[in-house]
Amino acid sequence: MQIYLPIAEVSVNAFLLLGLGGMVGVLSGMFGVGGGFLMTPLLFFIGIPPAVAVATEANQIVASSFSGVLAHLRRKTVDLRMGTVLLVGGLIGAALGVQIFNALKAVGQVDLLVRLSYVVFLGIIGSLMFVESLNAIRKTRAGALPTRRKHTWVHSLPFKMKFRTSGLYISVIPPVIVGICVGILAAIMGVGGGFIMVPAMIYLLGMPTKVVVGTSLFQIIFVTAFTTLLHATTNFTVDMVLAVLLLIGGVVGAQVGTQIGTRLKAEQLRILLAIMVLAVCGKLALDLLLMPEELFTLGNGGHG
Amino acid sequence: MIRLALLIWIAVFGTAQAEEVVAGLSQNRISITTNFDGSEILIFGAVKREAAIPDSGELGVIVTVSGPSEPVVVRKKARRLGIWVNAHAVEVDSAPSFYAVATSGDWFDVIRDVEDLRHKLSVARAIRSVGAPADVENAADFTSALIRIRQEADLYQTKIGAVELTEETLFNTSIALPANLTEGDYSTRFVLTRDGRVVDIYETVLFVQKVGLERFLYNLAHEQPLVYGLLSIFIAIAAGWGASAIFRYVRG
Repeated sequence: MQIYLPIAEVSVNAFLLLGLGGMVGVLSGMFGVGGGFLMTPLLFFIGIPPAVAVATEANQIVASSFSGVLAHLRRKTVDLRMGTVLLVGGLIGAALGVQIFNALKAVGQVDLLVRLSYVVFLGIIGSLMFVESLNAIRKTRAGALPTRRKHTWVHSLPFKMKFRTSGLYISVIPPVIVGICVGILAAIMGVGGGFIMVPAMIYLLGMPTKVVVGTSLFQIIFVTAFTTLLHATTNFTVDMVLAVLLLIGGVVGAQVGTQIGTRLKAEQLRILLAIMVLAVCGKLALDLLLMPEELFTLGNGGHG
Repeated sequence: MIRLALLIWIAVFGTAQAEEVVAGLSQNRISITTNFDGSEILIFGAVKREAAIPDSGELGVIVTVSGPSEPVVVRKKARRLGIWVNAHAVEVDSAPSFYAVATSGDWFDVIRDVEDLRHKLSVARAIRSVGAPADVENAADFTSALIRIRQEADLYQTKIGAVELTEETLFNTSIALPANLTEGDYSTRFVLTRDGRVVDIYETVLFVQKVGLERFLYNLAHEQPLVYGLLSIFIAIAAGWGASAIFRYVRG
């Protein structure tokens, strides 16, 4: 069934969109990532204009994260306090990110910078996570106890706060900085930023993996809602029909994903996420390295 | 002054014109609805004459349908430091979003190059490109890339011999409009030629418009962006909550 999208101005298959939404929703529920880093490139691929894809994807992430966070709230695996601290940073970051995005757009190489930041961030995070979780799995197989968290520089900063759900007593500075960085990247790359925030929370802040997913989703809801509003009011690129189709698939998928996530061990969850992140990174890197079939691309003239 | 010149022109050539084209479209309004999946318009017409069929060369008919024109930036990738990046850009000043041209015979039999240049009938001529930046070689490659990319998307069509001409009087053709059509006024031209020279041109407009829900959402997004944005977020939250509630209910 073909559906004409009013803002994107293209006609696409409705079931294809539902399927894509569902698939990405499952991953989102499992790993606590918004799924934007997968969905946005997929939308480019089926012919949605990039500006519309980025803005609409933000809207869809709101839905799948909200659906996911409700499931986590019931299981009490959301650190609301930590989430709020991250959110403060996230909103500051998103506002900064939009400024940076517009500045890069004026220079004319925004596409390349978005791609490069995808490759660099996904590559670093994916390989770190892969190695770390592989080691963790090996250790548990060998029967050794998991090592206790080390006392790092993160623990010696001022403005300490108790995060009961996470079992942490740390300074608010690192989470706010993490939030700002994620916010900036979210606005530039058109993603929720979960794939960066989840590892940052685990490795930098030392939060337990089970709490990380719910807390990340909680923060993502607000940052992506803010981004959606910014895109809708400045660029008019949020396509409601596209968003509804994606989010119907997405919310159902997120519920399924959350269930799958509870049955897997934390290390297994991390290694799967790492593999996925590396796969997307590899695909984007190949696009940059191999000679494209069509050297020419068309863009809007006059105002960009 | 211009008006005077026009009057003189009509006085000299207007009455002398022996053949005129009269034509119509199967529909002069295309409505883009939610399930819009492309459309086909039938185009038909006739050659009106006061006198007998002149024998000054072969009769030809060209039909063009042209979407709204806008500037387009064509970028070319090149390898820099091992990766492929957009290295060169040429702005094409004005290119129609859709352009179809159908003829009754071989291109050069139907129209002379000088007439094509004047009336801008072929796809390549319908695009206006004033100049490329000095550092770009082969600026023509950029316009031909634009045509190639849009031809692959069925947005630019050249249909040689697609106009059926009967008894040098009646003609008809059809043009397929693709699903990724943009809104606007599509100007449709009917060109009558004899021996490759333009004898008469008739123009009409095909209106392409979004209707119903499409129209409503498009207007809302542009006129009330804040409301539209909030509504989008509200729908997202409601859908997220709804799915969660349904799943909980299903599991008891």
